[in-house]
Amino acid sequence: MTFQTVWFLLIAVLWVGYFILEGFDFGVGMLVRAVSKNEADRRAVLTTLGPVWDGNEVWLLVAGGATFAAFPEWYATLFSGFYLPLFLILVSLIIRGVAFEYRSKYGKAQWRQRWDVAIFIGSAIPALLWGVAFANIVRGVPIEKAASGSLEYTGGFFNLLNPYALLGGIVTLTVFLTHGAVFLSLKTAGEIRVRAQGIAKISGLVAAVAAVGFLAWTNLMLPEINARVLTLSVIVALLWVAGMAANLMGREGWAFIFSAGTIAVFVSTLFYALYPRVMPSSLGSQFDLTITNASSTDYTLKVMTVVAVVMTPLVLIYQGWTYWVFRKRVSASQIMNPEHGSLDAVSHILHK
Amino acid sequence: MNSLDLARWQFAITTVYHFLFVPITIGMGFMVAGLQTAWYRTGKLQYLRATKFFGKLFLINFAIGVVTGIVQEFQFGMNWSSYSRFVGDIFGAPLAMEGLLAFFMESTFLGLWIFGWDRLSKKLHLATIWLAAAGTLLSAYFILAANSWMQHPVAYTYNAAKNRAELTNIIEVLTQKTALATFFHTIPSAAFTAGAFVAGISAFLIIKGKDLQMSRGTFKLGAITMVVSFILVGISGDLTARVMTDQQPMKMAAAEALYDSTANAPFSLFTLGTLDGSKSVFQIGLPSVLSFMSTGNFNGVVEGVNDLEAAYDKQYGAGNYTPNIPLAYWSFRLMMGFGFIGIFFALLGLWQMRKGATPKGKWFYPAMVSLPFIPLAANSFGWIFTETARQPWAVFGLIKTADGVSAVVSAGAVLFTMIVFTLLYGVLAFIEVGLTLRVIKMGPAEELDYADPQLGGSEDKQLVMAY
Repeated sequence: MTFQTVWFLLIAVLWVGYFILEGFDFGVGMLVRAVSKNEADRRAVLTTLGPVWDGNEVWLLVAGGATFAAFPEWYATLFSGFYLPLFLILVSLIIRGVAFEYRSKYGKAQWRQRWDVAIFIGSAIPALLWGVAFANIVRGVPIEKAASGSLEYTGGFFNLLNPYALLGGIVTLTVFLTHGAVFLSLKTAGEIRVRAQGIAKISGLVAAVAAVGFLAWTNLMLPEINARVLTLSVIVALLWVAGMAANLMGREGWAFIFSAGTIAVFVSTLFYALYPRVMPSSLGSQFDLTITNASSTDYTLKVMTVVAVVMTPLVLIYQGWTYWVFRKRVSASQIMNPEHGSLDAVSHILHK
Repeated sequence: MNSLDLARWQFAITTVYHFLFVPITIGMGFMVAGLQTAWYRTGKLQYLRATKFFGKLFLINFAIGVVTGIVQEFQFGMNWSSYSRFVGDIFGAPLAMEGLLAFFMESTFLGLWIFGWDRLSKKLHLATIWLAAAGTLLSAYFILAANSWMQHPVAYTYNAAKNRAELTNIIEVLTQKTALATFFHTIPSAAFTAGAFVAGISAFLIIKGKDLQMSRGTFKLGAITMVVSFILVGISGDLTARVMTDQQPMKMAAAEALYDSTANAPFSLFTLGTLDGSKSVFQIGLPSVLSFMSTGNFNGVVEGVNDLEAAYDKQYGAGNYTPNIPLAYWSFRLMMGFGFIGIFFALLGLWQMRKGATPKGKWFYPAMVSLPFIPLAANSFGWIFTETARQPWAVFGLIKTADGVSAVVSAGAVLFTMIVFTLLYGVLAFIEVGLTLRVIKMGPAEELDYADPQLGGSEDKQLVMAY
């Protein structure tokens, strides 16, 4: 196996990790209001993400950094080409992160409502656009050789909004929404848990329809039917069905494992369909970015491999430990003075 | 403005803004860790109040630092894709390492610290803030190594077929003089920044008569941190200047508006240049000081802008290799000037409050209230200097900034994103400052909401920390 293949795999793993972890962050973010009846509920819901969302987001930063280091041509073409979608994702992540930290500082209803809107939008937009972006990558976008000799995206913004890509966006949006609901049913107690289960039942069906359509389209789009891509697609569907069944039976742990597994295999399927290309061109395979023509030198890849081999297990251990520390369910009754903000004048007197 | 100018402005805005929060975060992480250690060791409650109070302020800042940091990583590919293609083989590696080694560590352990008060043992909980703080140091190290490679590229070969620089030795990139000097200049600056933050806020509490037991102690902590780190900033600044003179003589010449090579070069306090910026008309200076700063010898020859321009024309082909001299000259002085104002205020505060005295005088209040902002200005001007005085180069001698910009991104797109980022950042700054002032106004909490994990543990136990 070449170092280029190793890094293709590692970047796939980073995206799998990112979508599993921030996938439920996005889902929970979209559901804050929907699963809650009052402030105590909302704050319990947000507290399930509190200790972990930032660490989850780092998977994206590392995926970005790893792409820059291992496949600079891919990083450069993708980020400059998908300019506006990435910009919208950035703005979303900015307002969402700040909203998590600031929303409960004050108790004023208007203050909290506004931040809840920020959390909703900041979760829904990336959940949609990541699907649009990845579908476009798999489908192939207009890439040409520029005068400088580099392979540049020449499609503009609206080219990215084709039906296949939009369906991809709907898949990630609904899958993450469901994944978030399943996470909530696993991590909360009381009514929130029940409501989250109910939402997962419905959104899971919507996601299933969208995902089956998308995967069928993906298989038909390939130049010839690829048995392995087809097999992986079927596994995705089966895992999702298993997850939904577990949710129906109230087996929350299994439901979460299956929905995480679905995301893992789904992302793997897309990467598998790409390999060895990283960004195919719709204008002819001579313009494809591949793991060969987009990559860094073997020396750089070797250095990065050493770092990744040493650090990744360590990261997994301590990040896993965080989930262990905060393994208990959060219930609305555990939230002290939910209506009061930590910076409201009376709040710290009421804290007993 | 074309897309190059706009992309440069956007980079300047997003980066300077991000770096307002970074040094506060780095310095405050250690400050809070130190305070919590003092509480852990002594059990004195004023240390716990200080930990919680400054911890709150630290987190309000950290939030903006984190979210604006994502932009930093994305914008190389978005606005500077030609640059990214050229340097990715080298520049990408420290960025990826920063993510893998530092970002995971910072975010994970900070999450544990924020929410772990009633979930971890006291000792383990203390360890999490130290680990988070250590993560910020690692992060600084990798990103400064990457930046230093732009100032002084080492350990690379140029691949003409691919038109890119290729890495030959990662250790050299991570341990070159420029990286080490910059790191030892930036970290004490961060400590200076956090010291000013803590001292200024504590002084305000003292003026308002709030929690004197705590605020007198934290004022001293902040002010003494400033004094110690000021000395370190000075020593490493001197080192940085020498490395810079050696590696980027044009930058030093621009910093001094020194047009012609000179022995016994004076350090200029004030210079008026001609409009085209090719020579100085009037200058007040300290004789030989620049020679000493740059070469370690009062008689040393410092190369001037005009001679360097002629030499670079020969070396790199005819062009303009002179940065914006008034900007370099004044940003260099403002960096140092704000540092001096900061330390002056810190020393005055220490003097006024020696032996438990109550501070008097009209100057005290405005000086202390402005104290937290002063290092922010110094930090910003330092980076504005070091980045603009490297121009026209993105990577010195290898790739010009003009050749690094994304070819496929229109000026309109860059303008649009710049406007949105600027407005968004403005709103966030407004909210952030509002929350910070609110925390300060409330002062340290009188009642402790710390719960020992041994005491509870039932499912319905109320959470010490919830979003």
